[in-house]
Amino acid sequence: MSPEEKLQSNVSDGGLKEHNYLGLSDCSSVGSSNLSGLADDDKATISLKATELTLGLPGSQSPARDNTELNLLGPAKLDEKPFFPLLPSKDEISCSSSQKNLASGNKRGFSDTMDKFSEAKVSVYAEKNWMFPEAVVANQSVVKKEVPQNIPKGKQSTTNNSSSPPAAKAQIVGWPPVRSYRKNTLATTCKNSDEVDGKPGSGPLFVKVSMDGAPYLRKVDLRSYNNYGELSSALEKMFSTFTLGQPGSSGATGKDVRNETRLKDLLNGKDYVLTYEDKDGDWMLVGDFSWEIFIGVCKKLKIMKGSDAIGLAAAPAPRTMEKSKMRA
Amino acid sequence: MDLRLPSKVLEHIFSFVDSNEDRNSVSLVCKSWFETERLTRKRVFVRNCYAVTPAAVARRFPGMRSLTLKGKPHFADYNLVPDGWGGYAWPWIEAMAEKSPSLEELRLKRMVVTDECLEKIAASFKDFKVLVLTSCEGFSTDGLAAIAVACRNLTELELRECIVEDLGGDWLSYFPETLTSLVSLDFSCLDSEVKLSDLERLVSRSPNLKSLKLNRAVSLDALGSLLRLAPQLVELGTGSFSDKLDQEAVSKLAQVFTELKELKSLSGLWDVLPEYIPLLYSVCPGLTSLNLSYATVQMPDLVELLSRCSNLQKLWVMDLIEDKGLEAVASSCKELRELRVFPSGADVDETNVAMTEQGLVSVSEACPNLESVLYFCAQFTNAALATIAKTRPNLKCFRLCVIEPFAPDHKTHQPLDEGFKAIVESCKDLQRLSVSGLLTDKAFEYIGTHGKKLRMLSIAFAGDSDLMLHHLLSGCESLNKLEIRDCPFGDTALLENAAKLETMRSLWMSSCGVSFGACKLMSEKMPKLNVEVIDEHTPETRPDSSAVEKIYIYRTLAGPRLDMPEFVWTIHKNPEIGVSHLAIE
Repeated sequence: MSPEEKLQSNVSDGGLKEHNYLGLSDCSSVGSSNLSGLADDDKATISLKATELTLGLPGSQSPARDNTELNLLGPAKLDEKPFFPLLPSKDEISCSSSQKNLASGNKRGFSDTMDKFSEAKVSVYAEKNWMFPEAVVANQSVVKKEVPQNIPKGKQSTTNNSSSPPAAKAQIVGWPPVRSYRKNTLATTCKNSDEVDGKPGSGPLFVKVSMDGAPYLRKVDLRSYNNYGELSSALEKMFSTFTLGQPGSSGATGKDVRNETRLKDLLNGKDYVLTYEDKDGDWMLVGDFSWEIFIGVCKKLKIMKGSDAIGLAAAPAPRTMEKSKMRA
Repeated sequence: MDLRLPSKVLEHIFSFVDSNEDRNSVSLVCKSWFETERLTRKRVFVRNCYAVTPAAVARRFPGMRSLTLKGKPHFADYNLVPDGWGGYAWPWIEAMAEKSPSLEELRLKRMVVTDECLEKIAASFKDFKVLVLTSCEGFSTDGLAAIAVACRNLTELELRECIVEDLGGDWLSYFPETLTSLVSLDFSCLDSEVKLSDLERLVSRSPNLKSLKLNRAVSLDALGSLLRLAPQLVELGTGSFSDKLDQEAVSKLAQVFTELKELKSLSGLWDVLPEYIPLLYSVCPGLTSLNLSYATVQMPDLVELLSRCSNLQKLWVMDLIEDKGLEAVASSCKELRELRVFPSGADVDETNVAMTEQGLVSVSEACPNLESVLYFCAQFTNAALATIAKTRPNLKCFRLCVIEPFAPDHKTHQPLDEGFKAIVESCKDLQRLSVSGLLTDKAFEYIGTHGKKLRMLSIAFAGDSDLMLHHLLSGCESLNKLEIRDCPFGDTALLENAAKLETMRSLWMSSCGVSFGACKLMSEKMPKLNVEVIDEHTPETRPDSSAVEKIYIYRTLAGPRLDMPEFVWTIHKNPEIGVSHLAIE
């Protein structure tokens, strides 16, 4: 399909609904009428510019298709390249946050975005009076672009080990746009006097904590606790409101009961267990490793219903198998 | 009758013209105004150190006392500009040492500053007073010692977020006992411990000291003794706020804080323990500026603190504040003008989910003077943007960073086009805008149509085609700086609007679809621009059709720069390709 044909078909297809949002197709589209309306406006504005001196492509006073190919072929040619490297892995993450799924689902392949050239755009650029400021019209041969190596730098520089769990994501260079000074500084924030232990300072270690049935996640800094007991009490405080309405609770409303012991009871094996996702992506019961090792491997926490936790791996290496460590 | 004003009168009149934008206009009126203006300009701003040569600046402004320079492009902050790209301070310092030895103030941003530079400053400018280095690198604490020892009239020494080779804390001890003029000292970005007794003596003999920003190594205890010596401080950056103090020490510290009657600005608070936050309560009502962006304080403590800051105008905080915390800000900090919310986690997965778009909406609705926003957030909605636009038409700077690239409106799954449309339509004086989230070309059509006062625009992972760039370059009349990364446009819009680039300071494009051929073309046809192709993986051959990794285009009177590293290509480097002569001044 030549670029022109491709462009032609895109107009009738309309706008955004062409985008492959990886499973989410409910993005409503700009109607095709809108799109051509847009193009028409552009056409009107841009064709006025035909009288202005602007830098255009060399050698085209006529609506040469060649030039439009040069202009548009480049980006259009990029359609083989997935623009954003993260696409597959996100879907595999089991996220309790629906927002997460939406966000990840909306990453689209580059090919989809590039299909949006409209025919109107093509003709506009073709009709333009390409002139240089000095009105020099050079005769350059139109060079077809190769498929450019437009892989985002992040992909190239990412160490995407095959051994890394599906939950791992490629790092994008310079994103989010936070100064490296800030990143480095936060990474050396020590909460617990690490110098006393002789350990190098390490940053706050935030992990998400989700709970079955809770409407949103919380985040805790694992380094702000010294042992399982502190973590447990902190979680109790955070999630005590959510235990109501669960099977086994009395059905009182959230506002009344801030009963710490209730959650503690729940956490202690009656209804809920505390689990974590480790570096390999496996869900394990909390409490089997020493605290220091635990914070080194824990990526996420989840307060699961006891019934769901049956069959969850306990730590493979037999250290202390007591769950009572958690209650300390 | 000769109606010309005598130059003495002109000089007097121009002495009241402070803003350089006005002075630039003044100098365009006629030759005599140009002459008089240039002889009387004291503060010179060169916002792109490669736009003009040091010699030219020195020649034009013989009365220069203060020079401000910026080097690397803004995206260098995010590691997008490879090391060694440029931005060297040396040529400037060398030139000014020779031609402008009366220079008193030097402010550098994003430049490479070496110890030689600092030594040269110390040796050359007899009346040197002010050195402010922001996001600079390349020097060590030895260079600081040189400044300390030699600059007898030093008033300001500020290192803001610099990367310094820290060889120890001795440098501070080089301030002579005769130095009593210090007004501002900021060494917050250094690691090593300075000798407390030297610091105390320095503070004691500096009656004019108004601003003191300590580094992390200064303990809480030490802070107490320093504050006792400088109760007149207006700006304070604490050191580490986490030592375990006994009860008596804590109450003494609390007392010391109550003595800080002039304090308006507070920052630092590294590692602050929650139990120490109440120590700050006494200064809260007087604070106009609070930087908690390095303090991992949780929401409940933040609420307690901020609800006491009724005069706060500037707040920098992390997303640990959550929506609830921002609601507290909304109800307590009615004077708020600037809000920056930084992410506490390093990447997308770690975003604090208890902070959403609602936080910013609360503040926008309640704070009538809010005009500058930087907001990192996991997600956003068009409705929220519309509310912000409606309630805050006075916004001048709006930088929204939805951390997940391509994230749509999380409720409607639409692109955020309409939301940003509302922003640019309503905020007629908007000068700086950063967009994010899922955006189509339409968003940029809106920005081009309405963003008439926009001077700086930052874009990432957005748009569909060349139309996006075309809208911006043809529509945004005041556009001065444009930086774009990872957007799918090619050559068309760029080439078509190339003339626009001469009206702008700079354009950065990385991971877009611009071809090498287009870069060459622009280089040939637009000699007043430097077109730099930056490519760390310099290929053997570069076909015209290949897309380039990074492009930095800026207007310049200085011609091609002579300090380009290997990975920067300009047309002047490869004579076979084109231009027959170089435009060297």
